[in-house]
Amino acid sequence: MNKALRRKIIVTAAAWAVALVIFFPILWMFFTGFKTEVDAVAVPPHIFFSPTVENYVAVQERADYLKFFWNSIVVSVGSTVLALAIAVPCAYAMAFFPTKRTKDTLVWMLSTKALPAVGVLVPIYLIFRDLGLLDTRTGLLIVYTLVNLPIVCWMLFSFFKEVPREVLEAGRMDGAQPKEELYHLLLPLSLPGIASTSLLAIILSWNEAFWSLNLTAANAAPLTAFIASFSSPEGLFWAKLSAASTMAIAPILIFGWMSQRQLVRGLTFGAVK
Amino acid sequence: MATVKLTNIKKSFGDVDIIKGVSLGIEDREFCVFVGPSGCGKSTLLRLIAGLEEITGGDLFIDGVRSNDVPPPKRGLAMVFQSYALYPHMSVADNMGFSLKLGHVAKEERDKKVNDAARVLQLEPLLHRKPKELSGGQRQRVAIGRAIVRNPKVFLFDEPLSNLDAALRVQMRIELTRLHDVLAATMIYVTHDQVEAMTMANKIVVLQAGLIEQVGSPLELYHHPNNKFVAGFIGSPKMNFLSGTVTGVKDGVVSVRLAGGGAIAVPVEGRMNGGTEVTLGIRPEHLKVVTDGGLLRGEVLVVERLGGETFLHVKTATGDLLTIQADGDSPVNMHDTIGLQANPADCHLFDQTGLAIHRTTRHPLAGRKAPDASHSAS
Repeated sequence: MNKALRRKIIVTAAAWAVALVIFFPILWMFFTGFKTEVDAVAVPPHIFFSPTVENYVAVQERADYLKFFWNSIVVSVGSTVLALAIAVPCAYAMAFFPTKRTKDTLVWMLSTKALPAVGVLVPIYLIFRDLGLLDTRTGLLIVYTLVNLPIVCWMLFSFFKEVPREVLEAGRMDGAQPKEELYHLLLPLSLPGIASTSLLAIILSWNEAFWSLNLTAANAAPLTAFIASFSSPEGLFWAKLSAASTMAIAPILIFGWMSQRQLVRGLTFGAVK
Repeated sequence: MATVKLTNIKKSFGDVDIIKGVSLGIEDREFCVFVGPSGCGKSTLLRLIAGLEEITGGDLFIDGVRSNDVPPPKRGLAMVFQSYALYPHMSVADNMGFSLKLGHVAKEERDKKVNDAARVLQLEPLLHRKPKELSGGQRQRVAIGRAIVRNPKVFLFDEPLSNLDAALRVQMRIELTRLHDVLAATMIYVTHDQVEAMTMANKIVVLQAGLIEQVGSPLELYHHPNNKFVAGFIGSPKMNFLSGTVTGVKDGVVSVRLAGGGAIAVPVEGRMNGGTEVTLGIRPEHLKVVTDGGLLRGEVLVVERLGGETFLHVKTATGDLLTIQADGDSPVNMHDTIGLQANPADCHLFDQTGLAIHRTTRHPLAGRKAPDASHSAS
């Protein structure tokens, strides 16, 4: 066996191993959702079992899945749209009219992500309480927008940087005002970048648990809160929890699967330039 | 009528002065070329005129109107970029018609203007293609077409041919000259290539380190360079420079003894004392090969035969390297020792600061003498 082939086999095997390790918990969760509670906690675990949908029925009886689902959709899509609306002009200015402090501003934006969210929980909670935003979709949408804004800005900035400056200057010479420059040139030219930025923001918002658990209750709770509601004081019901989790992540998993090409392009951006 | 006038224009980026006070007048229908080595500020100067950079100091007048603070679209200029800067997501027709679309010109009129420009540039079969489906030369023509459609007061070109291969560059050079004639428009053209400057310009502006070295017609710069920099920059191959000493001045003729021993009497308007150090400049095409004697003697190091002409690279006894343009059939071989002769009227003299000592007779095609470069626009 020659060296190149052996190398290829090893690399492929390693890649599969890593993929399996990452995917295994999700697979296990998926199967557990179809087990009975007794099967779910059996040690050693039962590889073979007779599947049942009773957990899904029980979950739907206890909580209105669609309501959580709708809340998740509204806050993740809404916050993404809002974040884009703020970040596009911001990234445009930083990419094409940089000042001495643009670099510092970008680093500062990202540094806010280093602060543990719990550090600002109390002030935000109090502000939300006073403004009547607790347990409202609007409140959650605002928080998600702010949480994702740095990364959305940063990503758009790097995508805008890819658009040749001269093309925009040509537009300016052709008579384009900043608004027209943005609408006719910059946005169409960086559409793939905007798409992957949006996808990432939607996924991050969808999976966000800290703020949704702390700031919402019955009315505005998204699917992350839906999952958490199945860990009750009486103990964990693993099978029902797994069924609920599967229901919660299925939409975003399918969405991510369909848009994986855009996502990969967006996330590896800069690395493969 | 479209004139451009610069009065003491300055541009700084932070603490770095790029343009250090440029004054210049560009007449209606003139083809004005900014030429200079890279980093001399020629592109920046063009971008200042275009309005893509803010002017730090001085005044810019377009058609007599002070335009420092007029935004680019309102200046009525069109620019062709080095990278073409076509809109990649639009067809050729949409690229060319974009400015009209922004100006809310009706679709019919827009199409008519785009078609007219496409006809001039032979782009008609390509109107529905995207830029990525075009060759370099075609993209360049679309970029020019986009400028034509706007019917601008002044065309600005920023090194538009430097991304093309040599053959296409020659062809586009001819097309641009023809276009200048057909459109009867004012054009400002930036290049680092002195051949482009010489072949296309009515007026060449030689820049170095943010300052104008000389302004003049191609033949004026060639025959009457103001200083050693211009003399060396204009003309290909470069002018040869030799150091010498003045031995006498008489009746508008300065006698110079070269370091290598030869003596020549150059007809210049110098008032200088014997013993002054000077530099003698002789263009490769003005040196003649002689077998015996001559102003200089040296060994041929390299012979470059181009067919129609031959370039000889000769090392003199004093170690100077000279380039000579000889006939295509020149029998000279490598390692031959040859003599070189020059007609005194073809020689240039420069003083110690590098300034030219003006020649007594002006070349008939060089035009009237332009005022000194640094004061030429006032």
